[in-house]
Formats: sequence, C-alpha cells, structure tokens
Amino acid sequence: MASKKHAPPPAPAATQTVETRAHEDLVSDTYSDNGALARVLGRGAEQGRVTVNKAYKMYVGGAFVRSESGRYFQVKGGEGGVGVDPDTVNVPRGSRKDARDAVLAAKNAHAGWASRTAFNRGQILYRLAEVMESRKEELRLSLVRSGESDAAATEEVLRAIDRVVYYAGFCDKVHALVASHNPVAGPHFGFSIPEPMGVVAVLAPERPALLGLVSTLLPVLTGANTAVVVASDADPRTAVVFCECLATSDLPGGVANVLLGHAKELAPALAKHREVIAVDAWTDDADLRATLEKEGADNVKRVKTHAPLKTAGWLDERSGQGLGWIERFLETKTVWHPVGV
Amino acid sequence: MSNEIIKPAKSMTSAAAKDTSPALDFGHAWDYAPAPEATDHVKIQPRYELFIGGKWRAPKSGKYFQTISPSTEQVLSEVAEGNAADVDLAVRAARQAYDKVWSKMKPAERAKYIFRISRAIQEKARELAIVESMDGGKPIKESRDVDVPLAAAHFFYHAGWADKLDYAFHGRRHRALGVAGQIIPWNFPLLMAAWKIAPALACGNTVVLKPAETTPLTALLLAQIFEEAELPAGVVNIVTGAGETGAAVAGHPDVNKVAFTGSTGVGKRIQRALAGSNKRLTLELGGKAANIVFADAPLDQAIEGIVNGIYFNQGHVCCAGSRLLVEESVHDIVVKKLRDRLQTLRLGDPLDKNTDVGAINSKMQLDKIKQLVEAGEHEGAQRYSAPCAIPQKGYWFPPTFFTGVSQSSRIAREEIFGPVLTVLTFRTPDEAIEKANNTMYGLSAGIWTDKGAKIFWMATRLQAGVVWGNTYNKFDPSSPFGGYKESGFGREGGRQGLSAYVELE
Repeated sequence: MASKKHAPPPAPAATQTVETRAHEDLVSDTYSDNGALARVLGRGAEQGRVTVNKAYKMYVGGAFVRSESGRYFQVKGGEGGVGVDPDTVNVPRGSRKDARDAVLAAKNAHAGWASRTAFNRGQILYRLAEVMESRKEELRLSLVRSGESDAAATEEVLRAIDRVVYYAGFCDKVHALVASHNPVAGPHFGFSIPEPMGVVAVLAPERPALLGLVSTLLPVLTGANTAVVVASDADPRTAVVFCECLATSDLPGGVANVLLGHAKELAPALAKHREVIAVDAWTDDADLRATLEKEGADNVKRVKTHAPLKTAGWLDERSGQGLGWIERFLETKTVWHPVGV
Repeated sequence: MSNEIIKPAKSMTSAAAKDTSPALDFGHAWDYAPAPEATDHVKIQPRYELFIGGKWRAPKSGKYFQTISPSTEQVLSEVAEGNAADVDLAVRAARQAYDKVWSKMKPAERAKYIFRISRAIQEKARELAIVESMDGGKPIKESRDVDVPLAAAHFFYHAGWADKLDYAFHGRRHRALGVAGQIIPWNFPLLMAAWKIAPALACGNTVVLKPAETTPLTALLLAQIFEEAELPAGVVNIVTGAGETGAAVAGHPDVNKVAFTGSTGVGKRIQRALAGSNKRLTLELGGKAANIVFADAPLDQAIEGIVNGIYFNQGHVCCAGSRLLVEESVHDIVVKKLRDRLQTLRLGDPLDKNTDVGAINSKMQLDKIKQLVEAGEHEGAQRYSAPCAIPQKGYWFPPTFFTGVSQSSRIAREEIFGPVLTVLTFRTPDEAIEKANNTMYGLSAGIWTDKGAKIFWMATRLQAGVVWGNTYNKFDPSSPFGGYKESGFGREGGRQGLSAYVELE
C-alpha cells in the first residue's frame, strides 16, 4: 500500500527542552554500567542491531496519513510486549479537517462498495480475517503494550478475528432475513429490501481497543456502508495495526477510514457533517452522547449512542454481535409494481 | 446538468380560460348534477373535551379553539386546547394504564381489543369519511375509499401482530417501550392516527396522541370508538391543541418514545430537543418526490399516475410526486396531455361524490402555496392552472403545473404541499437519477417505463424509501413506509414498522 506523501509535522515545541548539563557528562553516565549498549540500542534490539521503529499513522482513503494539522499525541508503552515499540510513540492527533477528508474518502468509496455483490463483500471481509490471523501475534503484543494481560490480549485478538469471520459470512444472508414480500390488498407486487445508508461515523469504545473497533466497524461494512471511525485514544497503536490488516485485505480504499485523536474533537465534527448519514457512538461521556444527538439533527441523521458494554459483553457472542448490529444501519426501500396482463 | 430550455406552448397562461383541446369539447356533457353526501346522520358535538384516562375532561387550560370546514369556513365544533398540565395528566394516565393493565395483559387479549377497533371503524366508515371531508376539505371519494378503509386495515393488520411478536425479530427478546407520545399531521388525520396508534398498541405500549390543530374531529370520533370498544382507560389518550401542546407531549420526561409525522423543520426541532433524553424517536417528514416518465412509458397511464401523484388530496401528501421528470423527447406531448387532463378535474364541494380536488386544508396553507407559486412565476417558470371555477367561500387552489423550471428554483426544491407540480426534463437514465436524488428529501419516487429491467435499475439507484413503478401513491399496512435522508427515519407498516415500538435485547 503506497503511502501518500505528507509534509513532516513541525517539530513540537514541547520536545525541545533545553538540557543544561554538559553533553559529555550525560554520555559518561549512560555508559557507566554493564549492558549499556543493549539499552542504547533500545527495547527491540536483536543481534546488536538498531530496530526500525514504525511511524504510526491514520488510515484514510486507503493510505496511511499524518494529520494535516501536524499535531500529535504520545502513547506510553507498558512493561510487556518487548520488541514492538520504543517507550513512547507519537501518534497523529486528527483534526476536523482530517475528519472531513475521511468523510470525502468514505463518500467516494460508497457507490463502489455498495455495488459489489454481497458474495464479493463477504470474501473481502473473510480475507480481512485471514490477514488478522497471520498478524495475530502483532495484534496481541500491541494490546499487551497498552496494558492488557497476556491472557486477556490473546482472548481479545482471537474473538476479534472470529467476529470478522462471523460478519464475512453474514454479507449475503442479511437480505433473506430482513427483506419482505408485502402482501398488499390489491393487484400489486410489493417488496421491501434493505439498503445501506451511506457514510456511517463510528466512535469506537476505548476498551477493548481491538474487539470494540472490530465489533462496531464490521456490521457497518457488512451492511454495505462505508465508515469513518474514531479509534480508541487509550490505545491507538492497536487500531493502526488493525488498519494494516485492512490495507492488505483487498478492502477498497476509503471503505473503512480510521482517525486517531480525541473523541470530543472529532466526533462532533462528524456528527455535524452533511455527508454523514448515521452515527454510532460508544462512549461513557453522556455529554458527548447528547452533543452528537443534537448536532446530528441538522440533517436528520440516524444517531445511535450507547454507553459501552463491559468487556465480557463485547466478548460474548450473544451481546457483542448479531443481525441487529447490521440492521441499525440499513434503510428499508419499498417497491411497488402493478400486476396484470 | 444542463439548464432546462423549454419553450412554453403559446396557450399556456395562468388565465387560460379558453384553451380546451377539441378532443375535450363535449359542450355541457361535462356538467354533472350535484351529488353531495347526506350529512344528516353524522354526529358532531358542539364541543369536545380532552380524552384522558378513559374520561372526557375539561382542559386545565380552560381554553377551546374552533375547528372549521375549509370548504365553507363554517365552524364545525370547538375543541379543548390542552396545555402542559393536561399533557402531564394524559401521560400519567398512560403510564398507569401501561403499568397496571396493558403490559400485564396477554398479547392475544390485547389483539382482540385492536381487532374490535378495526371493526368499529368499518361499521362507522361513512360517518368517519364525511367528518374527515368536512373537517379537512378532502374529497369524499378519497376519505371514503382511501383514508377510512386503510385506517381500519391498519388496526386489523397490527392486531394480528400482537401475539406473534416472537417471530418478528428473529428470536430476539423484545419488550414494549412504555408510553408513546405521538404527534400527527392534518393531511390524513384518521389514517395517521391509525398508523401511529395501531403498532404502538400491538407492541404493548400505551399512547398519548396529539392530533393536528385544524383537523381534530376524526381522532375524537376514534376516541369514542375506543370507549365503545371498552379499551381499558388510559391506554390511548387524546390531547387536542396546537404546536405547544405537541411540544409538551414530545418533551414530557415520562414519555419513552416520540413518533412525529410532519414537516422536516419541526422534525429537526424535535430531534434536537430530544438529544440526551434517551427517548426513542421516529420521524416521518417532508418530501419532494421525483415522478420520472420515460419516453417508452405508456403515456396515458403515466398521465393518470402524474395526476394521482400530485393532485391526490390537493397535494397535501408528504410523498406527493411533486417533481415531474420527463424524458425530453416526450416533454411536449406529456405536457399537452397533462393540460387536457387537468381540465377534466372537478374542483369543489368535498362532500360531492364527483369531486376530484377538494379544499386547501387551511388559510395558512393556502397562503404558503400562493407564496411559493408567486416565487415560481417570479423566477421565470411558466405556470398553467386548470381553468376551473373557484367557490366563493373556503380555501381553494386550482390544479397547477409549472414548465421551464430550473433545478435551483424554489418550486423545484421546496415542499409546496399543495396541488402544484413542477416539470423538469432529462435525457438519460443517469441524468434522471442525478436530478431525482438532488434533494435533501428521500421519501418516495415514481418510475414510468415499459421496460422491467429499467424499473429495477432505477429503483436501486433512487434514494427514496418508497418507489412506485408504473403506479403512484399506493399504501398498505403490510407495506413499510418511511424516508431516506431528511425525510426522516423509521418505518411504518409491515414487520419492519414494529421495531419502532419495542426494545430489543
């Protein structure tokens, strides 16, 4: 996947603290014990080699991008997950303009995604599961680095992959379950079919960072919508690893766009946007939920807000997935035609 | 998009008194003898109180307002104006009925009450139709053949769902929401009451209904039917009034669900007001539907569909086919046929069985229609109005259409909600889709063509909740109705409509 070229962000002022001590002193302190070299090489050092660290970026229009604003926020690494990252990573802090760019990408991708056959969409989502399976160790390590226990991270990744498989198999079953032939009292043939709404904005829950993202995004895509997701700002790195799965899964660019940053800043901008037709927000912040509901009224958006499930609820197959999740972002189109000769 | 450059036919002027096509020159053969419905058997009380907790109660506001016949401007009755205190009483009655009776009743028993209501509507059908036409101005042939039978059908259809809801949601557990606050418009007063009340009751909710200010009477006759059907007290409460009464219903903290049918402007206000309230909401709002006629369409049938699409109920229809999109090659012939057909429409006494076009619902609505029509003329579109005689008293507007309309014109964008059609053209199916979807609304659309494949091609691309192929303005309780985009959300009718009135686990 080719990354779009973006100007590097201006060096943030906060990082340029002036160190008053003499440079030589610092160096001699650092090297004053055994194993010093390994520490200098960093957490992920192997075979005396300097690690190539990853720049974490948002995923918009099928490309990995920084924020147009040049802003970033920092995420600390936990104790576990050695070998993944430096202690601190800089993550783009998406802006309202980034949100608008993402909506445009999602809007432009919608006709193509919706016109694919349900079978084809199912295959693409299944491919996503295949890619996640092959990257499950990376996903797991990322969760551990964000503070999850080994066992919890493992369970979350496996459930997330299975959830993708679940929705992949749902793409071509939805119609059979929700469409209807309408036995109208007259000489007409009438039926009602589900259709995608269009661009859906998703505010993913903070935790579980991966399973919450998968559980909210996948039903939107299964219904042939395109999505702009604001990923968890508690663990944005895992969202990026997931985006790398999206990027290598045959999912057309723009179908799923993932922004990083602060929900309070990004979600209202999406709820206000005229090209967004629906919002699915999972947040504990009741004020933010009310704001999104209010902003959405400008173009009669379908705004669904929820207090997030408990972790067990996301893991559970009955409460964390289902037809209802897909139906929430489907319209019903009713068609009539006379019957006669 | 290219601009429409349509030359109007010479004879098309607003004052067209003498432009009858020779084919229509029957002399006095068009003159029908008056055939008015008898009204002597109709019972309208001089005054109606609020129907709360199974009793007729004087309003705490102490106020009453008059409801008049828009065709004669005569006062029919005076009706209580509920205020916030009255609404509070009604919500409390509904809550009590929900807690103590309705939520505890076996669904099969609930169903039988709803069946009873349906039957009573059928028994009183003619009376309801006459009162509907008197209070609202719509032709008796529409209230008699469409509004009232469909209202009865809606209760009958939903009654049967009450004890089958376990099948409706694919095995998911469901429960009623509680008290539903419902606000309905003046264009189909009884039918909208049925669309709202029937699914709410079937799913086990109780109701506070606020009828429209200009057309409260049939809802009050419906309340009498509830009494006669011995529907438990408080299960349905009817609080008449104007906008403030409606706002009190939507804003009441103990209402669990709000259902509103009306303008997009008011719908947005309600949606905003409900933000953060955890109330469930469904909105059925305005429309500016495209009725698309291809060159290969059976044109005479299409003309009937166009007329039905826009002049049915004086165009007071949210799904009215108010934008006619005609394939350019048949524009002139379609316009000529339409002009001829308009001259055969009979405007006048809503109670006359031969009347095609009744009275405009209110002075306010008539003023709004006139204002938009003026805007259309001002923007350079060519107006044609049927040369029909306008009665001295009452509110009337002749069936009218505009040609030479640009897409940006107000009459091509705004909902007129009157008997006014704008005619636009297109050259390719893609252009038809582009123009049809170029609106904030998305309630309905019509397609006229001889090719089945083209209908499906169009139907899948039109952003509209209801698409009529080679027909228009058809409704049925088994057929989900509702909008895309700013025409609202939620469906009414069919299995799909039930989910607006249940909480699913």
